[in-house]
Amino acid sequence: MKFAWWKVLCIVLLVFTFIAGFLVSVPFVGNLYQSIRNFYFHVPMWFGQFALLGLSLFYSIGYLRTQNLRYDVYAAEFAKTGIVFGILGLITGSIWANYTWGEPWSNDPKQVCAAIAELIYFAYLVLRGSMNDIDKKARVSSVYNIFSFFLYIPLVFIIPRLVQSLHPGGMEGAEGGGNPALGGGSLDSSMRLVFWPAVFGWILLGFWISNLKIRLQLLTLKNLIDVK
Amino acid sequence: MLNKYVRPLFLILIICVASFTLLAQSDTTATANGFMRSNDKIYVVMAVGMVILIGLLFYIIRIDRKVSQLEKK
Repeated sequence: MKFAWWKVLCIVLLVFTFIAGFLVSVPFVGNLYQSIRNFYFHVPMWFGQFALLGLSLFYSIGYLRTQNLRYDVYAAEFAKTGIVFGILGLITGSIWANYTWGEPWSNDPKQVCAAIAELIYFAYLVLRGSMNDIDKKARVSSVYNIFSFFLYIPLVFIIPRLVQSLHPGGMEGAEGGGNPALGGGSLDSSMRLVFWPAVFGWILLGFWISNLKIRLQLLTLKNLIDVK
Repeated sequence: MLNKYVRPLFLILIICVASFTLLAQSDTTATANGFMRSNDKIYVVMAVGMVILIGLLFYIIRIDRKVSQLEKK
């Protein structure tokens, strides 16, 4: 196993997240109490999903530009890991919501839109599975992947900020409204010191898992595509 | 051969564990301030951490199984 620097960084950042995430003092916000520490676990799932789906988009465009089937494998595996992160984000969000908003699913705009985005990416996998011709599969699913990423952006980043939302950043929240997590006053500076390492740690873990799946997939397709 | 039995067994295990949480839930609704809300809701963070850990472990086990199948070929 090649122990690249980013794998070490991933381990260090995640260990830091789990230690500092439970030790640093957190601000008192509403009825969150200590569950505000979920910020280091639930929120990075979505950051991770966005990063992985972004890489997937990058390689889908790369495939369409070069017709290199390797890039299609990259795109598919990054998308799959992104979907797993999204599922974990939905489940963890429901648990958190159950004890702060009173019910696991309150049809909050961000919940609904994130679920729709997830379904759009499920369709990507269905589309891939429906074709046997490897070139046709790669081309059609690359085009669909680009389409779905640009649906993902308004669903997750725009619509929830235009309407009232239980999530931070909705129109109603005056302070930090419109831009959760990244906005100036919405995240306490002591939390930010753990939050950003956590985000990068979880993104790197998603990248690592995708990396394993890509290597595996390239091995299984060894006879079909040119592996260099 | 083994994999054929591991999958349903795992499913049964999940169902068993899930039914326990149902039981626990009915207990906590009986008491106004349940276990999950005790100690400033810190156990919510634990539950979230466990979901992520178990979810990612499950995913890694699936990858591991695919690698083993590939090695067998």
